[in-house]
Amino acid sequence: MAETLPQLLFEHASATPNKIALRERDFGIWQAMTWQQYADHVKYFALGLVSMGLSPQETIAIIGDNRPEWVISELAAQSAGAKSVGIYQDSVVTEMVYIFNHADVSFIVVEDQEQVDKILEMWDELKGVRKVIYYDPKGMRNYTEDFLMNFPDVEEAGRAYEREHAGWFEQRLAQGKASDLAILSTTSGTTGNPKLAMLTHHSMMSMGRNLMSIDPLRPQDEFVSFLPLAWIGEQMMCMSCGLQVGFTVNFPEEPETIQHDIREIGPRVMFSPPRIWENLVSQVQVKIQDSTKFKQRMYNWAMPIGYQMADLHFRKEKPSAGMKLKYFLADWLVFQEIKDHLGLRHLIRAYTGGAALGPDVFRFFHALGVTLKQIYGQTEINGIAVVHRDDDVKFQTVGTPIPETDIKIDESGEILMRSPAMMEGYYRNPEATAETLIDGWLHSGDAGYFDEDGHLIVIDRAKDVMTLHDGTKFSPQFIENKLKFSPHVKEAVVFGGDWPFVSAMINIDFANVGKWAETNQISYTTYTDLAQKPQVYELVRKHIEQANVDLPPAARIQRFVLLHKELDADDAELTRTRKVRRKLVAQRYADIISALYSQNNFVDVETVITYQDGRTARLATRLAIQSLQN
Amino acid sequence: MPSEFVSTLNSSTLPPGEIQLQVENLQLNFGGVAALSNISLNIYQSEILAIIGPNGAGKTSLLNCISGLYHPQRGKITYFNGAAHETTHLQPHQIAKLGIARSFQNIELFKHMTVLDNLLSGCHIHMKSSLLASLIYWGAAQREHLQYRRFVEDIIDLLEIEAIRYQTVGSLSYGLQKRVELGRALAMKPALLLLDEPMAGMNSEEKEDMARFILDINEEHGVTTVLIEHDMGVVMDISDRIAVLNFGQKIGEGTPDEVGRQPAVIQAYLGEEQGSFPFIKTTSE
Repeated sequence: MAETLPQLLFEHASATPNKIALRERDFGIWQAMTWQQYADHVKYFALGLVSMGLSPQETIAIIGDNRPEWVISELAAQSAGAKSVGIYQDSVVTEMVYIFNHADVSFIVVEDQEQVDKILEMWDELKGVRKVIYYDPKGMRNYTEDFLMNFPDVEEAGRAYEREHAGWFEQRLAQGKASDLAILSTTSGTTGNPKLAMLTHHSMMSMGRNLMSIDPLRPQDEFVSFLPLAWIGEQMMCMSCGLQVGFTVNFPEEPETIQHDIREIGPRVMFSPPRIWENLVSQVQVKIQDSTKFKQRMYNWAMPIGYQMADLHFRKEKPSAGMKLKYFLADWLVFQEIKDHLGLRHLIRAYTGGAALGPDVFRFFHALGVTLKQIYGQTEINGIAVVHRDDDVKFQTVGTPIPETDIKIDESGEILMRSPAMMEGYYRNPEATAETLIDGWLHSGDAGYFDEDGHLIVIDRAKDVMTLHDGTKFSPQFIENKLKFSPHVKEAVVFGGDWPFVSAMINIDFANVGKWAETNQISYTTYTDLAQKPQVYELVRKHIEQANVDLPPAARIQRFVLLHKELDADDAELTRTRKVRRKLVAQRYADIISALYSQNNFVDVETVITYQDGRTARLATRLAIQSLQN
Repeated sequence: MPSEFVSTLNSSTLPPGEIQLQVENLQLNFGGVAALSNISLNIYQSEILAIIGPNGAGKTSLLNCISGLYHPQRGKITYFNGAAHETTHLQPHQIAKLGIARSFQNIELFKHMTVLDNLLSGCHIHMKSSLLASLIYWGAAQREHLQYRRFVEDIIDLLEIEAIRYQTVGSLSYGLQKRVELGRALAMKPALLLLDEPMAGMNSEEKEDMARFILDINEEHGVTTVLIEHDMGVVMDISDRIAVLNFGQKIGEGTPDEVGRQPAVIQAYLGEEQGSFPFIKTTSE
């Protein structure tokens, strides 16, 4: 019985050596790797690292797009008894330096020249890093640093090591214990340095096992891995579920080709944060507007039928025979086509997690016949603790706990969780651990409650829940998601707790609003310019008015501003998983917020923008503020 | 997993540093106007040679002579690859077959074809299958097509245009079209690559990318590259040698440093007054 992830890998390699384990689209074709090849790569890469002195106390850091080398590096580290930590590619230098030094990183595996350059820049600050290993050698010809190494050369060193230490690897692999640390997973601390959750093989495997016991997958299923492997959600699908079930994991060619590649594979399972699902909805809405009159009519005829059907399901009512027939036609004529274009045609398991997804997006996918389900969990509990069951989806809830998971709500309303998938603590950070793990319960920091059916409802981050002027408690995220359903709104930040009424700062969706401007013959130059067009204000105002209709009077948005720049993770305004850092945003945009609550109908702002390469620039502009009649 | 390039992009057989193309006493007149007068220039294997000069200096005319679009009234162009070929009066397609590929100042792609098909069209001169065999697409013709299809993927990988593989060229941004045009020139497996203003009209990010690609092609594949470019920053950064033209005459030649110090060049760029060449990096920097 396998206790560790690499042991699982080698079980597959001996049981089904020729079955396809991984695929990567390269040179325009899906290049397959069998379980046997996968295992061999892991073995020799691990031996290569060991020959250069990797010890079990150390950590391997991995930065790059989703590629076979990414998962090979992770499993190689684990099969040598060490652990890995995935780092988001767009992390800033200081964050990376912190992780490398804090987590005892001795080897860094990176994708290409771009990341190598970043490492070289910080090299003098790094302690204990022995080698930097890259797997895309393009452009690396002029680098002479002796700590740089090409990925295949490490494997070559591993083969040489094997010749002198035959059997060492198998022995080391077998020594792996379920209680060994498998990965360190960065969690987006809302302030300061990231925390590193320690996850063991046992915790990772139990999470996958419990999820699969509810939503089984088969070895012949396909999964497309396109979200950062540094994110726990992707670790969960690729490693925990992938290795236990043995399904095929597919890696897209480039980030830009994801949509195309998903469509080619037609995955059976998908787990994405809300942003991806929201994008898909926007895409459909925009494309339909661009399409022919006939297609628009078909779409407008089919969608209400879909929504009706979805609502029946939500209410757990049986559809009538006539309804079934209508839905069959709508599905056959319209929905199948839409799903095909989105690459969702074969999808039977669709999850969203990481943040709340707006009910409208939920209904949209259920109308199409995609059983999108909410999951709830945290990095600290391996990503998943609560999930919807197939026949019991309520979009205002996150579902019920998976097996072996206990959940309770403490007196303050905070959600506490306990399961075998829980982390051991934060790496070398006992203070933070003591604050989070108390008497064996994981304190989530989220506020929530159970409804009458035993479904967990997550209100919001406990500290974000607003008390409106009339005393009702309200989640800003709920309002924001309502706004974000519009294809023209990319991000929204709502304020109101400490203020007399609710107001919103909005990021327009540059691509979609740009397109809209084009069709309406509105000329613009930059994002800032477009956002400040009176017509764009008018457009967004309509969306807000629509959202306001569904909100209780006290929660209705009364004033709003369209921001001059997109909130960006590089400016620390969003976390790496694109959640708004509310506190920081409130601080940074204090001027705008106070203007929202003044009589003024404009505000002058000057901001410092950080570019991709780390340079900064100042930007001065005047933003309009509009009021709504409620 | 990324594999090494299976086929080289370079069809030259000369060792680096040998003379690859020799231009001797070239004279090109349009009516009474001398576009090129008495130009002599050597191009060496595996170098990047930049041709600079004010507008109307004859830069493009020189490239056109080399690629066979213009035929000079006097002078001689000799191309050494395998044997010595005099190319002065050859037709463009004959010159292309010898391994001289070029891109144009105004993009000259097939706008309604996909990126992939445009690149494959660059391989056309190397394909041996007959029209009929290609139509039937079986046996040798199929194998040949697959071989070039694979080769084109190397170029797509090199130029990082995976995401636009199946898009029609007309729908792409200007910067990307320029990149595709470079790709098509590469698809001819050139021994000598002539680029006419590859970065004109690009923003600084696109320029940076293009400069990187040109360096990759030159350093990793050893393709001799001649480029006309107005952005002196780029020229100074990436070229091994520079030739300066003015009013159809060559007024300077040498490494970027040397050229920047030649009085005739300074005068052409700055007029009568003496000063330093505007774009040269001083060594104290």
